[in-house]
Amino acid sequence: MLDIREYIIPQSLEEAAALVRKSPANRIVGGGCWLRMERRPYGTWVDLSALGLDQIHAEDGWVQIGSGCTLRMLEVSELLRETFGSCFADCVSSIVGVQFRNCATVGGSVYGRFGFSDLCTLLLSLEADVLLHSRGAVPMEEFLRTPRHGERDLLLGVRIPQDGRRAAFAAFRRTATDLPVLNTAVSVSGASWRIAVGARPAAAALARQAGARLASGAAPAEAACTASEELRFGDNMRGSGAYRKALCRVLVAQCAGRLKEGLR
Amino acid sequence: MKLSLYVNGTLCHSEIAPGTTLLEFLRGKGLMGAKAGCDTGSCGLCTVWVDEVPILSCTYPAARAQGKHVTTIEGMRQQAALLGRYLAENGSEQCGYCSPGLIMTVLALEKEHPAATDAEISAYLAGNLCRCSGYAGQLAGIRAYLNRGKGALE
Ligand SMILES: Cc1cc2nc3c(=O)[nH]c(=O)nc-3n(C[C@H](O)[C@H](O)[C@H](O)COP(=O)(O)OP(=O)(O)OC[C@H]3O[C@@H](n4cnc5c(N)ncnc54)[C@H](O)[C@@H]3O)c2cc1C
Repeated sequence: MLDIREYIIPQSLEEAAALVRKSPANRIVGGGCWLRMERRPYGTWVDLSALGLDQIHAEDGWVQIGSGCTLRMLEVSELLRETFGSCFADCVSSIVGVQFRNCATVGGSVYGRFGFSDLCTLLLSLEADVLLHSRGAVPMEEFLRTPRHGERDLLLGVRIPQDGRRAAFAAFRRTATDLPVLNTAVSVSGASWRIAVGARPAAAALARQAGARLASGAAPAEAACTASEELRFGDNMRGSGAYRKALCRVLVAQCAGRLKEGLR
Repeated sequence: MKLSLYVNGTLCHSEIAPGTTLLEFLRGKGLMGAKAGCDTGSCGLCTVWVDEVPILSCTYPAARAQGKHVTTIEGMRQQAALLGRYLAENGSEQCGYCSPGLIMTVLALEKEHPAATDAEISAYLAGNLCRCSGYAGQLAGIRAYLNRGKGALE
């Protein structure tokens, strides 16, 4: 039994926002997969599923993904595959199983700002903006740096510039379906390369110098080496900082190599 | 709070506590096929379908199922029995505790990918953990089931 007092499915964003503002014990529920693991008592769970936030569409030069989309929707979306290649499927397909991915949402995955998040790493590399009800569009990089504590906004979705960019994603797990030890995503749009590395175990961050090296023609392995030097890696039960640093060299080189191959 | 939904095709009206999970709701109705396992969303034992899509009922709030169609293994008796024969033929299970969740996932796979390759079967079933079979027997049983009508056991 979930420890909640009320479960409400609001019919408007305003109603949802008012409910979340009303008490710090109230929470938006996405898939609920993470919330229930917290095993804390809550006031009201606010379910946004009646608000039509489960769409993926292209508009005005952006691909928009609603916060109610499940991870499985990202995996099978034709629009995402045609626009960005297989990176979304590659990113989410190792997250637990199909049933789980039919529950867990983009909203919960992004708002949670989990250090291990595969999706946040990919979105950061794709230069996504997070769309918030009160704050409006916030670049993913800034959003990931903002502490979650005390924040009571609604995440409506994310948007990614539709400018021909492609991305590649790679993660390493100790066992299938476990949380990643490290995840990396590299995107390229024209001459601009962006490298994001997550599960360091801190949240995803950009390796800017390494991106610049790729832009100036460096080989994937060289740029990957730069990324492993410019970013900080820490220890946790899944791996040491030194191990993550070594993995970073392998995974970034893989992603950049795949993109360079595709560009030939 | 009030909840109205279809369970295996039958409209059902109930009064539930807001924190009831779909698994608790279904088992409370005497539908014992879906099992409680890890209780963290990792094992797939509690798999049922909501509007034809496989989900984890231990995580899914019952309140969210308002107006939806929920299918449990009890609603798929015939198909489950047929698949079960292939699993038994191939020594796919020992204790059988994970079988209802596995069967609901395989039947969902069959709808999505009737001609799934071994790699696609394994990927689709990654969220169904089994602690006794070692998976090879399951894969053989599912392979034989999907190949039925191509000269295999009917
Ligand atoms: C067993 C398990 C294994 C996992 N493995 C991985 C993995 O390998 N890789 C990976 O990347 N992720 C993994 N995850 C995380 C998972 O992919 C989801 O990111 C996570 O479950 C949150 O998604 P959710 O929809 O369940 O969110 P919820 O649990 O519903 O919510 C999470 C948080 O976000 C808030 N929230 C949700 N939606 C909104 C919104 N629209 N606006 C504002 N706030 C919102 C909630 O209030 C809550 O604080 C795992 C999770 C579990 C439970």
